[in-house]
Amino acid sequence: MNLFEYVRPSSIAEAVAAAGEPGSAYLGAGTNLLDLMKGGVTRPSRLVDLTHLPDLNGIETLPDGSARIGALVKNSALAHDPDFAKRFPVVAEALLAGASAQLRNAATVGGNLMQRTRCSYFNDPASACNKREPGTGCDALGGENRSHAVLGWSDHCIAVHPSDFCVPLAALGAIVEIAGAGGQREVPLTDFHRLPGDTPDRETVLEAGEMIVAVRLPADAAAFADHQRYLKVRERTSYAFALASAAAALKIENGTIVEARLALGGVATKPWRAKAAEALLAGAAPGKQVFEKAAEAAFAEARPSGDNGYKIELGKRVVARVLAMAAAGTPDRMPALPASPFAPIPEGVVNV
Amino acid sequence: MNLSLTLTINGKRREIVLDDPRVTLLDLLRERLDLTGSKKGCDRGQCGACTILVHGQRINSCLALAISYDGASITTIEGLADGDALHPVQQAFIDHDGFQCGFCTPGQIMSAVGLIAEAQAGEDAERVREAMSGNICRCGAYKGITEAVLDAQAKISAGKERDAA
Repeated sequence: MNLFEYVRPSSIAEAVAAAGEPGSAYLGAGTNLLDLMKGGVTRPSRLVDLTHLPDLNGIETLPDGSARIGALVKNSALAHDPDFAKRFPVVAEALLAGASAQLRNAATVGGNLMQRTRCSYFNDPASACNKREPGTGCDALGGENRSHAVLGWSDHCIAVHPSDFCVPLAALGAIVEIAGAGGQREVPLTDFHRLPGDTPDRETVLEAGEMIVAVRLPADAAAFADHQRYLKVRERTSYAFALASAAAALKIENGTIVEARLALGGVATKPWRAKAAEALLAGAAPGKQVFEKAAEAAFAEARPSGDNGYKIELGKRVVARVLAMAAAGTPDRMPALPASPFAPIPEGVVNV
Repeated sequence: MNLSLTLTINGKRREIVLDDPRVTLLDLLRERLDLTGSKKGCDRGQCGACTILVHGQRINSCLALAISYDGASITTIEGLADGDALHPVQQAFIDHDGFQCGFCTPGQIMSAVGLIAEAQAGEDAERVREAMSGNICRCGAYKGITEAVLDAQAKISAGKERDAA
């Protein structure tokens, strides 16, 4: 790990000013950042420690019914907040499907949005990586790339966005609140992360010094609470990143899907909302056939970036199944294995 | 750069001055405070051998920058026993053969103490296994570990009921 200057600001204004200097990085829990620094993947010259700032730790319901989650709220605190988990169960399920209990107790909401890819070439300073060192090339192209992206990738980068949490946030229309030198602004989560294009090193829309202060879920997202699930397929049942995952939320009235929300994880270079699939589902009666059609639509633009063509078929099956799980209803209690395909499936759900 | 911090470790308040901002909680405990019970397995948050409690919650101390935890209350494996009387989770690991080589055991035990305090698993072995998935045991003592956690949890909860009665 390189030596760095440690700065502990006492206000957001101080933090933003300190982090505006080139080479600065914000420190939340550091569960990802310290790991990257130990590997020499990132070498910030200054760490601006946000963890002692007041007022970034709240989970509140605003007067308009939206939920506002402070950037420093721990993943576990959010997942186990009874009111929040009742209104947005798919977010709780995705959080509990990610990492380990220890990491969830430390990792923050803002940090989750800022986490870096687990691409092994990005994480190995001896490999060529346009994301880590612009212009050096991409060793993942033509390398070991079975876990890489089938959606949103470019010839410069095929790395997957690793977050589980961001998947339901994308589906439910979350808003990211940002503070910077010029004041506050808001960005929809689906616009917060950038496609790699020819600048994969620029992963988010944050400008120098800008920080996440909160994530908001709009009030209308709570209308999906009765029918929402997260499903995650991975190489072991627990404590592994997704090969393919999906968050589904349905508003069902009189046996008809009035509105659907769907987003994908583990298959794309950013949290991936599947709006074409959502449009197909609206107005339909829940059923295997329409779920499979929606799955086709969700992956219509997918193409392998290497030895990962299987992810397209796998991803479609995950989508069809998570829609069936959501249609069957949000479970009364969090499943013992959150988001797992090995958990007992609800009555009426057939394997797809 | 001011690198002084105050920690309460196993109930004892300590004033610490660091000479380097890079020190993790794990390295601080092991290398500077002679609390070597917490183990360095992977040092990358993957194995759980370094698990400690911060404000009663289990975290990986290898991925925690010590200076950032200024003001924290920390419990390590050294802080569990009451003199010669083992903590119920420590005793349960012995009773159920929850280890072989023992290297991962301090982390397993601290994780189990945190898990029981979280009160999410109940008596469901599947939930216990899921909640312990951040602790790797390369000897494969998982069966004994799960039994130990369930047994310790039952004894702690019975003890609480006795105290309340």
